[in-house]
Amino acid sequence: MELDASTMTALWGAVIISGIYHGVNPGMGWPLAVSAGLMEGRHSAMVKAIGALAIGHLLAMLAILLPFSMMTALIDWQTEIRIGAATLVIAAGIYLLINRRHPRFLSRVQPSKLVLWSFLAAMAHGAGLMLVPIYLGICGVDIGDGGHEAARDLMGQNIASAFTVALAHTAAMSVSGGLIAVAIYFYFGLKFLSRAWFNLDMVWALSLILVGSFAIYAIIKGH
Amino acid sequence: MTLRPDPTFHATAQLAMQAPVENYGFTVMLSPDGSQPDGIAVVDLNPKSDTYGTIVHTLLMPYTGDEFHHFGWNACSSSLSPLSGHAFLERRYLIVPGIRSSRIYVIDVKDPLDAKIHKIIEPEEVFAKTGYSRPHTIHCGPEGIYVSTLGGGGKDGTDGPPGIFIMDCETFEIIGQYEMDRGKQDKHYDFWWNLPQDYMVSSEWGLPPQFENGIVAEDLLSNKYGHSIHFWDLRKRKNIQTMDFGENYQMALEIRPAHDPKKSYGFCGVVVDTTNLQGAIFTWWRGEDGTWQSKKTITIDPRPEKAENLPPLLQGFEAVPPLVTDIDLSLDDKYLYVACWGMGEMHQYDVSDPMNPVLAGKVELGGIARGTKHPGGGDFAFGPQMVEISRDGKRVYWTNSLYSTWDDQFYPGQEGGQMVMAHVGENGGLTLDPDFYVDFPEGHRAHQIRLEGGDCSTDSFCYPNV
Repeated sequence: MELDASTMTALWGAVIISGIYHGVNPGMGWPLAVSAGLMEGRHSAMVKAIGALAIGHLLAMLAILLPFSMMTALIDWQTEIRIGAATLVIAAGIYLLINRRHPRFLSRVQPSKLVLWSFLAAMAHGAGLMLVPIYLGICGVDIGDGGHEAARDLMGQNIASAFTVALAHTAAMSVSGGLIAVAIYFYFGLKFLSRAWFNLDMVWALSLILVGSFAIYAIIKGH
Repeated sequence: MTLRPDPTFHATAQLAMQAPVENYGFTVMLSPDGSQPDGIAVVDLNPKSDTYGTIVHTLLMPYTGDEFHHFGWNACSSSLSPLSGHAFLERRYLIVPGIRSSRIYVIDVKDPLDAKIHKIIEPEEVFAKTGYSRPHTIHCGPEGIYVSTLGGGGKDGTDGPPGIFIMDCETFEIIGQYEMDRGKQDKHYDFWWNLPQDYMVSSEWGLPPQFENGIVAEDLLSNKYGHSIHFWDLRKRKNIQTMDFGENYQMALEIRPAHDPKKSYGFCGVVVDTTNLQGAIFTWWRGEDGTWQSKKTITIDPRPEKAENLPPLLQGFEAVPPLVTDIDLSLDDKYLYVACWGMGEMHQYDVSDPMNPVLAGKVELGGIARGTKHPGGGDFAFGPQMVEISRDGKRVYWTNSLYSTWDDQFYPGQEGGQMVMAHVGENGGLTLDPDFYVDFPEGHRAHQIRLEGGDCSTDSFCYPNV
């Protein structure tokens, strides 16, 4: 495999950019932070809500990435795992493209349970899946560097990088979503809320397909 | 599905008040004896139009005997709730239930002048999927469209309690019953909620045998109509508190929570206090300890009248009861309008302090043993009943019919459907517009009004006023 520093930079860039992308999507919760701040009439309530949304999102990322990090220990099956993951991401995108209905169970979550809501929203939209090909790419770089490490060490390393990827992604997500919430709360007002709210459903589904397709392309190209 | 939220969805009640004003109204046309189909009248409300104040389109149903009453939109400002993820619905369809037939019509009013039926849900489907009958109030909520019902199962609707069911907000498929734990609730009428605070309030009229063939005087005098309201954990679908106003407070009907979701109070209108024939308004609120409280904050006295001038039902009392049949709260939570259908008056209360309402304006029109004419010269059958306020709070519209069989008992021999409008003064006060008088086609009475782009009893807001 010819993985170099620039590939590594690009992959980490993708982790951050996908975080920003998730953050600006109203479906991942920034309007809830605005609402929380205004309902309680305190800035701190908004900060707390952003924090809760971040925890939920982080957990959803880990719930998806960690099983894959276990699987990376199977070094011999690496290509198959990466192709399988990419196919799964594409399938999720196609599903969301065809089934444009919003999951009704999300509206059963009480407004006070923001961590749970954020976790479920990220799961339902396949937000974690979008990270999988990027994450596996990063693991691939590590393998390329490490060569013949014991499977246990490799797994430990990959679990660590799953945490790093999820944390970096969630940090970017919280900063971008938080900035929009703060901007609306302090400067633009709620009129901007409905103006800033774009229908990202189709773009989102296409993003999943794009990420998955790119991963497959990279695998084929890499071999 | 659209790319941007519908421009008639507003984050706050304040923003809704600043939005462009209504150009059209949609009003229920009711054939009281079921000889003709019921329908929806589209009324021109644009003062600059040549056809201002007239019915510019009528849509009649393919069936008779539905008995239209209340109706509502498929989507409102509640779609901007980030929790439910329905920001890209269109406010386009009116959901119109027949309370006698249990049939539900979905009417496409994208072009009001070409309003057409989009879907019909037959009564059998309502019965089979919900166990309820006689659908009534419509609100758009977290899981779709919520529909309250007045009857349970069986022919006379007394097989099991009535309740609320949910419809899919895109396909209009009936999903099923809302309640998971209804507690003491065994009758139903109106409901509304506070979405961010996650509570719902519901009210009680009576069971179908108590209203379908007319008011049952013995039941009223023995206090058998509803006199409680119920507080629900909205998303847990659980009745958390039943509040009994007292059995003499017969027919606790309209629920009007403050529009600003930061506030935890609202109002409920009671038709008649059987101890003294007064009409009453209760203010309800959430106390410091989290439980719900209420207090009677408005009473309206009956007017003495000679027996010979009264319908048989009231002759023994020698008085005209106010009969508070509808109330509506302006979007700024400032004015509460109270229809006194028996007395023939529309009251306007300043409820800036919800615990101490002050009468700010009053209009007399119609009424038992009074029959005040409209200032434009026209007759006004019955009394002021279903009331709707423009979003900006400057115009108040109302119609005159209560319910087919009850109209005939309280106003025997009268007939007609009228819709009128009053202007609200800068500092309160209410004046009828002599030029706005819509006389409905013969054979049809008028009931609930919905305004294009939303009104004061439709939209639920998810963000507090700033």
